[in-house]
Amino acid sequence: MAKVPLTREEMVDLYGPTLHYTPAGGFKTIEEYDRLVATHCCFCGQQCGINLKVKDNAVVGFEPRTDFPFNKGKLCPKGVKRYLQGSHPDRLMYPMKRTEKGYERISWDQALEETVSKIKEIQAKYGRDSFAMLSGVSLTTEKSYLVGKFARLALQTANLDYNGRLCMVSAGAGNKKAYGIDRASNHWEDITKAKVIFVIGTNIAECFPITTDYVWRARDNGAKLIYADPRMVPMARTADLYLPLRPGTDSALLISMLHVIIRDGLTDEKFIAEHTSGFEETREAVKDATPEWAAKITGIPAHQIEKAARWYGEAETGMILHARGLEHQTKGVENVVSCANLALATGKIGREGCGHSTITGQGNGQGGREHGHKCDQLPGNRDITNPEHRQYIADIWGVEESEIPGKGLSAQEILNEIHAGNIKGLLSICFNPLVSLPDANFNREALEKLEHYTVIDFFLSETAQHADIVLPGSLQEEDEGTTTSGEGRVIKINQAITPPGEAKKDWEILLDIAHRLGRGKYFPYQNTKEIFEELRLASRGGTADYSGITWERVEKENGVFWPAPQTTEKGKTAKRSEDLDTHHPGTPRLFEGGKFYHPDGRGHFNAVKWRESGEVVDTEYPIWLTTGRVVSQYLSGTQTRRIGPLVDQYPNPRMEIHPRLALKLNIQDNDWVTVKTRRGQITVRAMVVNTIRPDTVFVPYHWGGKQSINMLTQRALDPVSKIPEFKVSACVVSKATPEEIREGEEAQRLSGKTEKLPVNYGINDRRREFSR
Amino acid sequence: MSEMRFFIDPIRCIGCKSCMQACSECATHKGKPMIHLEYMERGNSTQTVPMVCMHCENPTCAAVCPADAIKRTEDQVVQSSLKERCIGCKNCVMACPFGVPRYYPEMDQMLKCDMCYDRTSQGLKPMCATVCPSEALFYGTLEEFQSRRKGTPINTFDFGMQEIKTRVFLVAPDGYVNLSMDVMHHLDGRFEDGAYDHLDPFSHLEAMPMSGGLL
Repeated sequence: MAKVPLTREEMVDLYGPTLHYTPAGGFKTIEEYDRLVATHCCFCGQQCGINLKVKDNAVVGFEPRTDFPFNKGKLCPKGVKRYLQGSHPDRLMYPMKRTEKGYERISWDQALEETVSKIKEIQAKYGRDSFAMLSGVSLTTEKSYLVGKFARLALQTANLDYNGRLCMVSAGAGNKKAYGIDRASNHWEDITKAKVIFVIGTNIAECFPITTDYVWRARDNGAKLIYADPRMVPMARTADLYLPLRPGTDSALLISMLHVIIRDGLTDEKFIAEHTSGFEETREAVKDATPEWAAKITGIPAHQIEKAARWYGEAETGMILHARGLEHQTKGVENVVSCANLALATGKIGREGCGHSTITGQGNGQGGREHGHKCDQLPGNRDITNPEHRQYIADIWGVEESEIPGKGLSAQEILNEIHAGNIKGLLSICFNPLVSLPDANFNREALEKLEHYTVIDFFLSETAQHADIVLPGSLQEEDEGTTTSGEGRVIKINQAITPPGEAKKDWEILLDIAHRLGRGKYFPYQNTKEIFEELRLASRGGTADYSGITWERVEKENGVFWPAPQTTEKGKTAKRSEDLDTHHPGTPRLFEGGKFYHPDGRGHFNAVKWRESGEVVDTEYPIWLTTGRVVSQYLSGTQTRRIGPLVDQYPNPRMEIHPRLALKLNIQDNDWVTVKTRRGQITVRAMVVNTIRPDTVFVPYHWGGKQSINMLTQRALDPVSKIPEFKVSACVVSKATPEEIREGEEAQRLSGKTEKLPVNYGINDRRREFSR
Repeated sequence: MSEMRFFIDPIRCIGCKSCMQACSECATHKGKPMIHLEYMERGNSTQTVPMVCMHCENPTCAAVCPADAIKRTEDQVVQSSLKERCIGCKNCVMACPFGVPRYYPEMDQMLKCDMCYDRTSQGLKPMCATVCPSEALFYGTLEEFQSRRKGTPINTFDFGMQEIKTRVFLVAPDGYVNLSMDVMHHLDGRFEDGAYDHLDPFSHLEAMPMSGGLL
């Protein structure tokens, strides 16, 4: 039903991606601007402070914001060029409806009416849960909260999930198991005070670039850096100890490190006795995990595993950092709790220079997941299956507890059910699953089976091209609200401009739909600040307690770390947000004094036994395939594949391969190669580099269509976090045939078009500079 | 206050090109970066080196300019060529030992980094050093650098017969570092057997194990 109406070429021509280079008004306006708006970058979880230059209701450039304490003016290339997504030729400006000839412009009234009548029709025919919603964590916390309430009270469906499911839910679930709370354990300043920094499964230089400065500051103070990754990524190059582990073997390494720490008496027995539980089972579970055993699984020499364990165990202070490399697996949660076991066993948590933190890939990955657009959570990180938690939120929302739907399906499961024909309708906001979910061909088939699909977005992403109705939403700089950065700091996004054309603020669109569904009484907001005030009440008493945080405090203090709970009796029982107190200073460092968030106040060890990944290599598919990012692109590329200077930096996906494997396969640098798994194949150029394991190839995932590596990854899920196995697949690599090369070249040609530029712009010259 | 200096620390460089992207934002550059980033040997390393103009005491680029188009300011910043004087001969491009100046055919002019003169002359940091995520590019006083960072700042370079002193410092690792550059010997060395074997962190691994990744 929801098939893309035009050819790929026609769609690119009409809706991009267009490579946009020039600021609104041309380059002259870079110097001339009306005002600077202090806000934050719209991309990754670092949420760097940035000043946007605004002229005539358009963002025309940026100026470093040196007063924001996290980045002090520093930015990665995405931050520098983020302003180019404004005034973009691909920007959706008015509502559209799909016809057989493409999309046609319609009125807001018609667009909303058609959406609402379809929602009603599908739910009347197949039941309420047959209409699902998918949300994104590029949204502010206020919008995430609103989406959670909207799906449950306006759509009245249980099937709501979010794209953080593809990000750090494994870390969230693991943190909850170990510490009872889902947040980075400390602010980033603690990194600078650590004596050893253990980084595993995260390419911080390309995914969290500003964090490299924190690591270097620690190293200037004498800290050692241990880096575990299948690729020698830029920071690994400089590490004191590099552990070249095979994809999918993180827990074997971590278990073995714990084995050595216990064997050599490097545990903190006092901390374990006073502040933790479950250590005996964990000790038992790792007793046979010798470095020699782990060496066979991970490919890391045993003496290096011993050295890593001793460095971490012996150091007075230490920090563990990890991200998707370790979390994007069917064993993601086991990997995360294995890291937690190391931190708990050595008492390296809850004090200065110590901690265990996940790096949040998405802009508001932290704040977004705490307040209710996750299928199993209600605001404040409350459990949707817990009757007390449900009752508390029902009281805030003014509904009966029974009116709040139960636990729904996760993102991939929603797509699976659409494919199976059990979910018939979909509403999505800022989520591009066709690029970001695994097994893209399966997901495309699923979208084509939908009876109705409405999308709210600002660009027509690969997924949005399947929509029946397109509602133009807002860019980050067109609205205000808060987000929470990777270190747990709640910060303020300020509005710089108003949405162009007929585009609307996302929350206004959701309110319109709610009203038309006859559920408007639950959504009485005049602005996003009122949503935040309700969120404060709703989060009170939950683990993610924002009740003591106000927008004014966030602005004044350059961010406030949650939790900031109520300190007075009045605040604890207040019915209105005006009566909440704001005395709590916020919590930059969690677990001080060994106090954890489980009901028993202790940190919990979780025994982990090694098991293999969902798919392993064999003679048919003998090579490990892993995926990741490049510094100039962000997530599914919906935004960054439209920004010309960023595309020039890394124009198309390439496959990294070690020279020894390349020699075996007769592949030269820059050759076209075809990578194939049981799910599909992709033809890209090879990059022969000895910075990757010889049994592994790597392809970045930011591209769509026939350049999408997620056509090859698998839908196997972690049993707890339901995160798919992005990072481990078995593949076969071969030199591309002439027909495959033609397809690869065609895919490159259709990956974007260049906007018309002034004659003297020197674009070719510049492209050479950036893509060298 | 002591003089502000510019430091390049290649070990910290993460190859993100933030410096180039920020440089291209200057209104006078119209989207072109005036600095560049070199990959040393991408096949063998992720090592990259950001290159700004080194702002030499006796700039070779100016010395070889037949049109006297390259000027050095009182505060020791070597400027891009003057538009009205530059004849587009590219002498400067070929002569600079650091490979900095670039010729832009569409403008028929040499342009290069002028240490963000519009910003540094106003007391601001250059754009590239402001945004650099890992402080591989750093702008501050020598004392500030030495009080908070490791490494040895060096600003005197030998290129065969030519000794060059620069305003910009290159940061070498702590301890003695030989900066004499025998370029031909280095180039020949690249083609010797096993020239880069010691750089392969995976030398103990098989190329393609067939049994579940076991060694």
